[in-house]
Amino acid sequence: MQNNTDTQPQQHPISLYFKVWGLLFVLSSFSYLVDYLQYQGMLRWTLILVFMFLKAGLIVAVFMHMVWERIAFTLAILSPPLCILVLIALMASEASYTNLNRLIFFG
Amino acid sequence: MDNTTQPTTSGMNGLIEDWVSDKDAFKNVSWGKTMMWIFLLSDTFIFSCFLVGYMSVRMTTDVPWPNTSEVFALTIAGEHIPLILIAIMTFVLITSSGTMAMAVNCGYRRQRKQAAYLMLVTAVFGLCFVGMQAFEWTKLIEEGVRPWGNPMGAPQFGAAFFMITGFHGFHVSIGVIYLTVVALKVLRGDYEERGYEIVEITGLYWHFVDLVWVFIFAFFYLW
Repeated sequence: MQNNTDTQPQQHPISLYFKVWGLLFVLSSFSYLVDYLQYQGMLRWTLILVFMFLKAGLIVAVFMHMVWERIAFTLAILSPPLCILVLIALMASEASYTNLNRLIFFG
Repeated sequence: MDNTTQPTTSGMNGLIEDWVSDKDAFKNVSWGKTMMWIFLLSDTFIFSCFLVGYMSVRMTTDVPWPNTSEVFALTIAGEHIPLILIAIMTFVLITSSGTMAMAVNCGYRRQRKQAAYLMLVTAVFGLCFVGMQAFEWTKLIEEGVRPWGNPMGAPQFGAAFFMITGFHGFHVSIGVIYLTVVALKVLRGDYEERGYEIVEITGLYWHFVDLVWVFIFAFFYLW
């Protein structure tokens, strides 16, 4: 049913999908190269994160049609996962404390 | 469900108008699509918990973490290539995401047969992925990797590996079944009257599986 009067996700030219598809291949190759060329330390982590977020963004925005949804819907779906950042912060601080204790008592 | 006549102010004013309206907040989004997104949102939290758990055990351990680049290396035609199996799996999954996007596009163009065949191709790529994962598990189990220990380093490696890739592989397997069922129904012409939004909803699930793999690839295999 064509019930998307203002968004019309069905009207996108197929070439757009091909471009995004190609871009995902290139980005994946770059991710793999980070390991293949044995980059280490901050450079490695930065590159991994950059390529990861670019790929995730392309998939959500174009393949999952998020750019063509209304903002009310996009925010309702994409903002709750931000809570995970709090969980990551809590667990990271807990884990480094545990690690410190292990190093002191068992290291 | 007729939501074609609802107001559609765009931008930030649209956001406020949608949320303060008495009726449904999500204009022009069908219930099927909304519920799939909400399910995917809950799944996001499940996978996040696994990945954060993995982060925790990897940070706490004082034993070196196994070098994934070497653990997942393969020797192909006498050539030792690091992490190659995972790279191939990544490309297979991205290819399947592409064919799925094409299927959605064909569905909206009401090219029923192309949509169904593209969905079946997607399912075959999915099977291919699960097959390679089974190979990977077999290889690691033979090398002595267990959820409680392994010969390469920190014992938590096995637990994180089997839990995270197992749960993802389970999602892919369910996705293959889901895709096949919907593809056969599309092929039979069940959606000629209702329209082909079902292909997009199935696609959302499939793209999500690919999306999760992007994060697993980055954090578990590359980090």
